[in-house]
Amino acid sequence: MPSLTMREALGQAMAEEMDRDNKVFLMGEEVGLYNGAYKVSKGLLDRFGPKRVWDAPISEGGFAGLGIGAAMVGLRPVVEFMTWNFGIQAFDQIFNHAAKMLYMSGGQFNIPIVFRGPNGAAHMLGAQHSHAYEPMLTNVPGVKVVSVATPYDAKGLLKSAIRDNNPVLFLESEMMYGFKGEVPEGEYVIPLGVGDIKREGSHVTLIAWNKILHKSLEAAEVLAKEGIEVEVLDPRTLLPLDEDLIFASVRKTHRLVIVEETWSFGSVGAQIADRVQKECFDELDAPISRVTNEFVPMPYNENQEHHVVPQVDRIVQAIREVLYI
Amino acid sequence: MANLQVFDQGQKMSAKKKLPYDKALLVSMHKQMCLFRRFEERVGLAYTKQKFSGFCHLHIGQEGLAVGVQGALRESDYMISGYRSHTQAIGKGISPSAVMAELFGKVDGCCRGKGGSMHMFSKEKRFLGGHGIVGGQCPIAAGVGFKIRYSNENDVCVCYLGDAASNQGQFFEAMNMAATWDLPVLFIIENNKYGMGTDIRRTTSVDHLWKRAQAFDMTHSDIDGMNVLAVYEHVSGIVEQMRRDKKPHLLEALTYRYRGHSVSDPGTYRSKEEVEDYQKNRDPIIQLERYLLEQKMASEEELKAWDKEAKEKCKEAEEFADASPNPPVEELWEHVLVD
Repeated sequence: MPSLTMREALGQAMAEEMDRDNKVFLMGEEVGLYNGAYKVSKGLLDRFGPKRVWDAPISEGGFAGLGIGAAMVGLRPVVEFMTWNFGIQAFDQIFNHAAKMLYMSGGQFNIPIVFRGPNGAAHMLGAQHSHAYEPMLTNVPGVKVVSVATPYDAKGLLKSAIRDNNPVLFLESEMMYGFKGEVPEGEYVIPLGVGDIKREGSHVTLIAWNKILHKSLEAAEVLAKEGIEVEVLDPRTLLPLDEDLIFASVRKTHRLVIVEETWSFGSVGAQIADRVQKECFDELDAPISRVTNEFVPMPYNENQEHHVVPQVDRIVQAIREVLYI
Repeated sequence: MANLQVFDQGQKMSAKKKLPYDKALLVSMHKQMCLFRRFEERVGLAYTKQKFSGFCHLHIGQEGLAVGVQGALRESDYMISGYRSHTQAIGKGISPSAVMAELFGKVDGCCRGKGGSMHMFSKEKRFLGGHGIVGGQCPIAAGVGFKIRYSNENDVCVCYLGDAASNQGQFFEAMNMAATWDLPVLFIIENNKYGMGTDIRRTTSVDHLWKRAQAFDMTHSDIDGMNVLAVYEHVSGIVEQMRRDKKPHLLEALTYRYRGHSVSDPGTYRSKEEVEDYQKNRDPIIQLERYLLEQKMASEEELKAWDKEAKEKCKEAEEFADASPNPPVEELWEHVLVD
């Protein structure tokens, strides 16, 4: 099976969907002539021409809204944000317009659009380029939210997102565009709303997504040497959440740790913890433990940043806590 | 061939242009303006009778603009607007009954009771909403213009916004994209002089809002929005040009709302004299009526009969809305996402 980088996998997904459906177009800052700020759209302008690949002005609210308007009347836009930190300029368009159009119009106007870009802390980008928006994005009915951790998932899920008839908010990571993984040749899609067990285990369930998933897998590896089998679950889609997969895993392991590179208050992890205590109360052998960012804006200093974001040692420690070891 | 005469500040002005308007067109404009006014009056009354609640922004006084613009469009053109858009929705083809039922939150409303006063929609009629976030409709209009270009179509998109919405960043972003990429969007600022209770001059650096287009090298103009024929003639020209060159245009229409910003606004920020001046001397319906009488295209009796007809239609719309059931509670779960 060929090994692709995350950026290649995402680029392939867009190219295949643009080939498949001429209503699909890409718009974003630097996506065309520059080949993408992170080279995700490399080659797309050459291949599809300027009618399908649009370099946008620095107007996130503007071009997000343009995408929504185009989607209302039959096109299927993919809108790239250079980072979701810029994407929040477009929160009015995403939340007040894309998410609510179908509902307000009594079912008349669905919005088939994908908003995609990197999310969360990268490395020494400072407070304004390091926020992670899962808690806000998942708090709005009318959208789907996807967060990807491997090239295989990224390609299959982005293709599904582009074919979806609803607004899909698609979260990537600057740190992972060069990350390699196996991607099969030929057509495949991964349905939205279906999680994935990235490592099987029987002693404790560890839920993580996007790049923190890889630190979680490292933590599982550390503990495996002590004979502790950690089941690592990647929800892949945060909204709608694959609750069945989560409940089944917790019913097997009876212990749960949730790791996220966001802040603790009102987060996806908080939501998962609430759902699990409600549905699996009698199955739990320990309180649910959560590992999150420290509740401060992201510092610039490398060492301070390292301490704010969950690291392998903090994840290992949380697992030991729920195992009482 | 009749001469168009316009009235400004109560003064009768000479004919600007010779226009080939036939009686049928002028009569239909009169009827439509009467319908819009009577509809909104009935909506205001229904609100005070507590038939519905929430926000309710009436368009009374601004009918000339809505009717003149609509007359310049064809059915396949798109329209999007802000929160003061009941009559624009009707003009675009949604029935008064469906709009009234939507106001009442009923299942036969044009959005099955899920939209309300600020959110009228019709996919079939290409009315892309009533939107409640001031200025938020502007980039969406640019997207509609984008689709028209993308698909090599010949329609245009009219985007209404208020004078105060013209200070929103999204409006500027939309104009920049529309002008850069030649998107056929006609931005129409309905300048009724007040953004809610604030005189637009107190919050805006320019004396004429059409100047906003100059920053984008975009064509622009202004028009007396109280004069339905002037609007019709002017917008027809803009739209004709837009179908040829696909370029956007900013039109500032000077108009006036007789009622408060919303039904709960007593309008203490402006003088009674100012409101009365517009009502007596610049009213769009009165202006057209004078013209029809002078041209002997209509008699007093006919004008009264047409107005009565409009009242009757609005009464029927309200009866329809009264009779329509509430949507079933279970329907609240529908239309969140589609398959």
